[in-house]
Amino acid sequence: MAKQVPDTHNVGADAMNPDGTVNRAALPVVFNPEDLKALEMALRVKDQMPDAKVTVVTMGPPRAAEIVKDARNRGADDGVVLSDMRFAGADTLATSYAISQLVKQLGKVDLIFGGRQAIDGDTAQVGPQVAEKLDIPQVTYAEELLAVTPREITIRRRLEHGTECVKAQLPALVTVTSAAADCRFPNAHRMLRLAKDEVRMVNADSIDADMDRLGLKGSPTKVKKIENVVLAHKESVVLEPTEAALNALSATLIQEHIL
Amino acid sequence: MNNVLVYCELSEKNTIADISLELCTKGRQLATRLGCRLQAAVLGSRVKAAAESLYPYGVDDVFVADDPRLSPYRTLPHFDVLSKLIRKEQPQIVLFGASSVGRDLAPRIASSLRCGLTADCTQLEIGPHDDPKTGKHYEDVLMQIRPAFGGNIIATIVCPETRPQMATVREGVMKKELFDPAHKGAIIPVAVEASLDAADKAVQILSREIEEQKIDIKGAQIIVAGGYGMGSRENFQLLHQFARLIGASVGATRAAVDAGFTEAERQIGQTGVTVRPKLYIACGISGAVQHRAGMEQSAKIISINTDPEAPINAIADYTIVGDVMTVIPQFMACYKNNLK
Repeated sequence: MAKQVPDTHNVGADAMNPDGTVNRAALPVVFNPEDLKALEMALRVKDQMPDAKVTVVTMGPPRAAEIVKDARNRGADDGVVLSDMRFAGADTLATSYAISQLVKQLGKVDLIFGGRQAIDGDTAQVGPQVAEKLDIPQVTYAEELLAVTPREITIRRRLEHGTECVKAQLPALVTVTSAAADCRFPNAHRMLRLAKDEVRMVNADSIDADMDRLGLKGSPTKVKKIENVVLAHKESVVLEPTEAALNALSATLIQEHIL
Repeated sequence: MNNVLVYCELSEKNTIADISLELCTKGRQLATRLGCRLQAAVLGSRVKAAAESLYPYGVDDVFVADDPRLSPYRTLPHFDVLSKLIRKEQPQIVLFGASSVGRDLAPRIASSLRCGLTADCTQLEIGPHDDPKTGKHYEDVLMQIRPAFGGNIIATIVCPETRPQMATVREGVMKKELFDPAHKGAIIPVAVEASLDAADKAVQILSREIEEQKIDIKGAQIIVAGGYGMGSRENFQLLHQFARLIGASVGATRAAVDAGFTEAERQIGQTGVTVRPKLYIACGISGAVQHRAGMEQSAKIISINTDPEAPINAIADYTIVGDVMTVIPQFMACYKNNLK
């Protein structure tokens, strides 16, 4: 599972639509960084089990095919873009429903990897929600793939104040954090060989979905209000760094029992 | 039915985690406003004492599921017990910590119940909502307020049609306060079914390594924080000297942490810790929105910066325009003189 995301470091004034959704057309896009780490973990499973096939799934506008191509060049076998105006305005619940329906179309899937969260939302919800919809265990906050067999996977995962090693039965879903290994680079031979291969595009009709559970309609969360961040101006006392000024300030703070 | 429920996390010592106590304080306010009960769910092993410790925070009922398979936390056993509890009790609001536990569990629960969930809320309020499309009016909806888009905007999210309304909140964002030391609550035992066996087998914990938390700036009364403007790891040592002198803790911005000036545990801001000390001294900090989100509730703020136009100065009570490496030693000397 991967997502093409707006680069939130470069947000302009036209980044939001009046209805509070994101104006994706106005933003430069990148491969969501933690999804690249997830791809690497999937490719490492394939390194150990060469028969494994790595498929990248993403949901977004047609140009999201760019990240599928990028993933193929890095070693993924193929990919699918779930793209349809009927998905527009989906929150994490509607998104995870659509992705889980797509995954069900892919046949037998043993392991699903995804980034912990996307940089445009930071919610970290889609991974666990896809796992629930597919009724499979989830391992979140994965930092390192320790071992994998056709029946189970062992992962080191991050906790608040430490780590734990867990063994999960397959099929399972793993979300990967930024502490995991960087993704390998695109391979020049693969780029040349795959350059002309089209990316498979799929719409809402081909995932056997309940249309009421897609897009804005299938999203219980509604954006009520969007406000730009305004700095509340305080009356700031500006001091020159003279001895007298600093002396007075420290005396005041001591007198007020702050220092 | 229709109460406010807080999912409580346990610390390594089997006490209620701070984040959950903060949520109980907020939950108490919401429940009082709504005229309903505040309830908590404590899932773990030998948790009676922890459950009873919640009463002074204003919790009326504590649902307790006590079973060795529920400790330490694993997704599926907790999911199994909590999702059944929510289906039965039908709370109108459920709050989770935005911790590695809460952010693992809450989305799976929301998916199962097909309800909305808003991550990392910084404010929670009750208010009316009018749907602009359907024209429908709703009373007493949970306003879930959070920064979005890298902190560039503040969004208010509502879930008018589905219940429960669920939100996660990061540690330190809400204030932990005793409600009434004499407040009496009651424990309601939750039967942990044999069905937990299936959930129990899917994922096993092979080993855990808990790091001693060496640095903890959350509760500090005075914080001396350094930004990228400190210039180097060596210069950061001056902040430690300054902090020792005035009895402060040392904090940092993300830029300073990323540059390797100091430890990640000192990071203050949206992706670090939130602090509200009585005095915050910002040294060489420009004041990005994400940083301000973690410190703007400080009672007094002093900014030391060469740039008189630094955004942090707008929220500072005192701005000292000058180089930190000269101003701090000067200030330390003045402070020592004034103590005499």
